[in-house]
Amino acid sequence: MSTLIWIAVALVVIAVYLSWTAGRLDRLHSRLDAARAALDAQLLRRASVAQELATAGVLDPAASIVLYQAAHAARQSEEEHREVAESELSQALRAVFEDSAQAEAVREAPGGEEALGELTEAVRRVPMARRFHNDAVRAARALRRHRTVRWFRLAGHAPFPLAFEMDDEPPAALGRVPGTEEAER
Amino acid sequence: MRIGIVCPYSWDVPGGVQFHIRDLADHLIRRGHQVSVLAPADDETPLPPYVVSAGRAVPVPYNGSVARLNFGFLSAARVRRWLHDGAFDVIHIHEPTSPSLGLLACWAAQGPIVATFHTSNPRSRAMIAAYPILQPALEKISARIAVSEYARRTLVEHLGGDAVVIPNGVDVDFFADAEPKEEWRGETIGFIGRIDEPRKGLPVLMRALPKIFEARPGVRLLIAGRGDEKEAVADLPAPLRERVEFLGMVSDEDKARLLRSVDVYVAPNTGGESFGIILVEAMSAGAAVLASDLDAFAQVLDGGAAGELFANEDADALAAAAVRLLGDEKRLAELRARGSRHVRRFDWSTVGADILAVYETVTDGAASVAADDRTRLWARLGLARD
Repeated sequence: MSTLIWIAVALVVIAVYLSWTAGRLDRLHSRLDAARAALDAQLLRRASVAQELATAGVLDPAASIVLYQAAHAARQSEEEHREVAESELSQALRAVFEDSAQAEAVREAPGGEEALGELTEAVRRVPMARRFHNDAVRAARALRRHRTVRWFRLAGHAPFPLAFEMDDEPPAALGRVPGTEEAER
Repeated sequence: MRIGIVCPYSWDVPGGVQFHIRDLADHLIRRGHQVSVLAPADDETPLPPYVVSAGRAVPVPYNGSVARLNFGFLSAARVRRWLHDGAFDVIHIHEPTSPSLGLLACWAAQGPIVATFHTSNPRSRAMIAAYPILQPALEKISARIAVSEYARRTLVEHLGGDAVVIPNGVDVDFFADAEPKEEWRGETIGFIGRIDEPRKGLPVLMRALPKIFEARPGVRLLIAGRGDEKEAVADLPAPLRERVEFLGMVSDEDKARLLRSVDVYVAPNTGGESFGIILVEAMSAGAAVLASDLDAFAQVLDGGAAGELFANEDADALAAAAVRLLGDEKRLAELRARGSRHVRRFDWSTVGADILAVYETVTDGAASVAADDRTRLWARLGLARD
């Protein structure tokens, strides 16, 4: 009789543990979704501001075309080419705003101050959002590699999380984020 | 935005983390946000209107010293109630790995959580053993902030993952606009910090002092901070003692005035620093800074460009550098000018905007903070009501 009770207790303990682990995993997945949505929003914001600047006529025609092309490609890119397209937008932004004279010229144009402020904010938030996203990816992967999760298939059909790798170095002229990695280099 | 901030250490004890949270809360409130700070505090302590007491912290031996911490059933219940009443858009936890309110809040909350890691302690035994317990709480954090590149490195090594670096903030103008005090001027060296805490490095400075006083007969040393004054000067030859002046604990205003008045601020700390806010304050006030070459200090001083560095714990190097600096008016002026430019990045206007950017990034596309009922037993058994 007492053996049966012990088996029952053991089963309950295992069930509670599995349920708790599944809850943890569920929470990690929702954190991951939120982080991905935030990253997506920041990337789109950056591309929109870049495109606006490119079509506003405040830049020279060559720079306008380069920037417009990169921003357009970043917004339209399919999922598997997105990292490359967004990196190219970073490079285009760096090329256009390589020296601070260009930033100053934009600032002096009507409405330029505002547009530049938005762009500065956008290029500073993309690396932030990406870091938070990749941190969430790492946490989710660590738990999903756990054998309990693998054996009992607690992750269900959720796709294995992938980090978002891109070049997100902001242009030097657009005020680097103080104290961040970029500033230390 | 409705912001909840969790302070792990007693509000009535002065400390870097507490000051940081106080200034951050002030800054956010000035910008029109609603802020509530949950902090351990004695019942008698007068608290600013935005602080909610989480009860008295209990002194317990932890990690080699006696720490005042909050834990246990009652504290957990208070955290839960605060989360419930506050209905925050985001909560910002400081020091989530210390076994106090931060960890409790992490455990009890769900939703957008931002955490700031202040210390860069080497990993403790307790942390290794508690890792499986910590991990489920820490993985709820949506955004991690480290106060320096050095703190970030330790964090990445110990806990994995990544963090953005946002330095601690300083109200630069408060220091820059302070009125110098006449009696503290004229070839003076300043030191601010606990006298009886060897890691603050006063003994190193005391060993260097005879050489400095010998080379520069007019120099005086001004020391602000609590501790035994007699013991501090015990090793110093008697005739030199009168050139060392103890000011005791000073108010924030006097601290600013002291930093405005001295020629050189010396930070001989020997370790345990992850940021070095005092250096930023000294530079804001226009004092030339001479600091030990700790990783954190070198970083704040821009690798030695905004202030001079000497080999850690080397009293001779400190003496040589101090004598050279005090005799070189041009170099002092140059350091002052560079320092004032360099500290702008640590001003609350910059730091606060960055922290807000983090809040906005994590609240984009996420629900608000709520008490996490899944940690309760019946919820785990699937019996919770939704």
